[in-house]
Amino acid sequence: MTATVAHVHEGTDAPYALSHLDALESEAVHIFREVAGEFEKPVILFSGGKDSIVMLHLALKAFAPAPVPFTLLHVDTGHNFPEVLDYRDRAVARHGLRLHVASVQEYIDAGKLRERPDGVRNPLQTVPLTEAIQQLKFDAVFGGGRRDEEKARAKERVFSLRDEFSQWDPRRQRPELWNLYNGRHAPGEHVRIFPLSNWTELDVWQYIAREKIELPEIYFAHEREVFQRNGMWLTAGEWGGAKDGETTETRLIRYRTVGDMSCTGAVDSDATTLDAVITEIAASRLTERGATRADDKLSEAAMEDRKREGYF
Amino acid sequence: MTSTTEQFADLSATTLLRFATAGSVDDGKSTLVGRLLHDSKSVLTDQLEAVERVSASRGQDTPDLALLTDGLRAEREQGITIDVAYRYFATARRRFILADTPGHVQYTRNMVTGASTADLAVVLVDARNGVIEQTRRHAAVAALLRVPHVVLAVNKMDLVGYEEAVFASIAEEFTAYATGLGVPEITAIPISALAGDNVVEPSANMDWYGGPTVLEHLETVPVSHDLTACPARFPVQYVIRPQTAEHPDYRGYAGQIASGVLRVGEAVTVLPSGRTSVIEGIDALGESVDIAWAPQSVTLRLKDDIDISRGDLIAPSSSSPATTQDVVATVCHVADQPLAVGARVLIKHTTRTVKAIVKEIPSRLTLDDLSQHPNPGQLVANDIGRVVVRTAEPLALDSYADSRRTGSFLLIDPADGTTLAAGMVGESFASTAETTVQADEEGWDF
Repeated sequence: MTATVAHVHEGTDAPYALSHLDALESEAVHIFREVAGEFEKPVILFSGGKDSIVMLHLALKAFAPAPVPFTLLHVDTGHNFPEVLDYRDRAVARHGLRLHVASVQEYIDAGKLRERPDGVRNPLQTVPLTEAIQQLKFDAVFGGGRRDEEKARAKERVFSLRDEFSQWDPRRQRPELWNLYNGRHAPGEHVRIFPLSNWTELDVWQYIAREKIELPEIYFAHEREVFQRNGMWLTAGEWGGAKDGETTETRLIRYRTVGDMSCTGAVDSDATTLDAVITEIAASRLTERGATRADDKLSEAAMEDRKREGYF
Repeated sequence: MTSTTEQFADLSATTLLRFATAGSVDDGKSTLVGRLLHDSKSVLTDQLEAVERVSASRGQDTPDLALLTDGLRAEREQGITIDVAYRYFATARRRFILADTPGHVQYTRNMVTGASTADLAVVLVDARNGVIEQTRRHAAVAALLRVPHVVLAVNKMDLVGYEEAVFASIAEEFTAYATGLGVPEITAIPISALAGDNVVEPSANMDWYGGPTVLEHLETVPVSHDLTACPARFPVQYVIRPQTAEHPDYRGYAGQIASGVLRVGEAVTVLPSGRTSVIEGIDALGESVDIAWAPQSVTLRLKDDIDISRGDLIAPSSSSPATTQDVVATVCHVADQPLAVGARVLIKHTTRTVKAIVKEIPSRLTLDDLSQHPNPGQLVANDIGRVVVRTAEPLALDSYADSRRTGSFLLIDPADGTTLAAGMVGESFASTAETTVQADEEGWDF
């Protein structure tokens, strides 16, 4: 645990200043506590990816020494990295939390969803997510989305109202005034909450380093058998693998984001420590999603359309 | 310009500045924002490639930096900007959060939103047009929201031959106007967002100007420490009571310090009950500290076991606010449905939400000329007006001039939860602005 006060005065020119990480942390904790105070049944979307790990860490700090007063929800595409699922289950056990899993595979098996020809399952998460929210009657849903990730998200609000179909209407967003978040909603509606709205990728990594938060090992450089598709290094798995003309090779890589194996690409890297990862990111000339996520490349308006449907 | 790696060598000790931009597409605002992002090396390869692709497909020979900030399909199709967008960039000295507010449609509502969290506002002016009605509106909103620092960016200096006289007269006129409204600090900078003069790099075309570039000013302006200069205010968000074997008697009051400094041993009063106690401990997210200040999120433990819940306010006994059920304030109306005299609303102040009735709307303010129109009967979207609100329960209010966190509130429609208005307790402007009272012959602007 880093002392808040110890590094406050460094690099600042006044007493009572806060470093940017402390300011972001205080803001996120304030958001968690507002939701705890104003909603009946909040849930944190937790995948075992770094943004959701940081969210959980902040929630733990916000309510210590009491337990986190929220449950967790994971929409499992069925094509997740085993290392990440393992981390997810260990985190849930360690903190004595409850985890609900909504399974894309079960929806496919039941004939409620159809596999896409390309095998990509991220877009299929929307229905299991919205149905889980409806059935379990969650009224506040925490997501790790950040406004720096992509242009459509720049207009997202910290408290983002969704109708009973989970739809996002950018024209119906409430103005974000001071730190007064208005979470009132009609029965059947819910509010998506983004406590990391104002964080950048670099902030998240610096915070992980400062707080010494453990991450799934695939975030660090390791040797892996990968093949190239659409300019990304992909890992073969149950979802599929190299096709004709695509060759598998062993490379030293790491993952910058962790999503569905079918559309999450690795980057060449020899960064085996947090500091090395941060140095690499700071020097990187590619944004996080542009480099690693096929789903955002679908079209310029892809993210906007999927947010409207109820995906994050 | 330092290399990127150097630039991020030690970001852990940087501060965070929140600022807002005001100006219209015609003033070159998107270009200024794009230029700040681009020249501070915050635009990455894939974003820039996308911009270059689209610019080329439109037959433009240089990348249109405005494209970096046009977010939604509707905006791209209509070539407009709706709502506030938040943008992020960093230099070696500071992290920035920019509330990018559109300059025309719903401009008041959007600028009020952006300015509400801003330590600094950049008001953009076209050097060819000088101070126009819209500029005065932007200055008035910045003054109304008590934004501590205002930057006047006189843009398109390249189109007026980089003439010092043009800049000087605009700067003088704006400064006189904004100072009259009580804006505490104004910095005027001559720029060309398109050519890049004085945005990030100093201009070779204006050696008569000896001041900072826009980015240098953003990097060095003091971040709002006025939060810690005011008396301490601690709105209770949540009561932490683990009731576990390990912590059978722990009772902590969780919240974010809205203003001022709190110390262990300090005598405090809880409002609205008026009960008193002493701060026994401060838990600052995982460690005990003796002192904490705004805007830190902490948990307070008190010596006495008194009844405190969400919505209460803890303040030093030596300077605690008065409680009242009669709120006199300036509001900016932000909803599509009007706010009429007699309306039953909810008022959300810090962590407390109570029922209220709009008793009076004494006047509506026209931002163009600061004229007041008495008894408009109702306010519609983007109106600024004075209101008198009677609340069902007492609120511990400060004047907005003293504390932006405990002097602000929302009015909410209880029927559907819509945020109706953004409110600021007390007088509208820091100085008594020259306002002319007009008979309201126009009726309501439907």
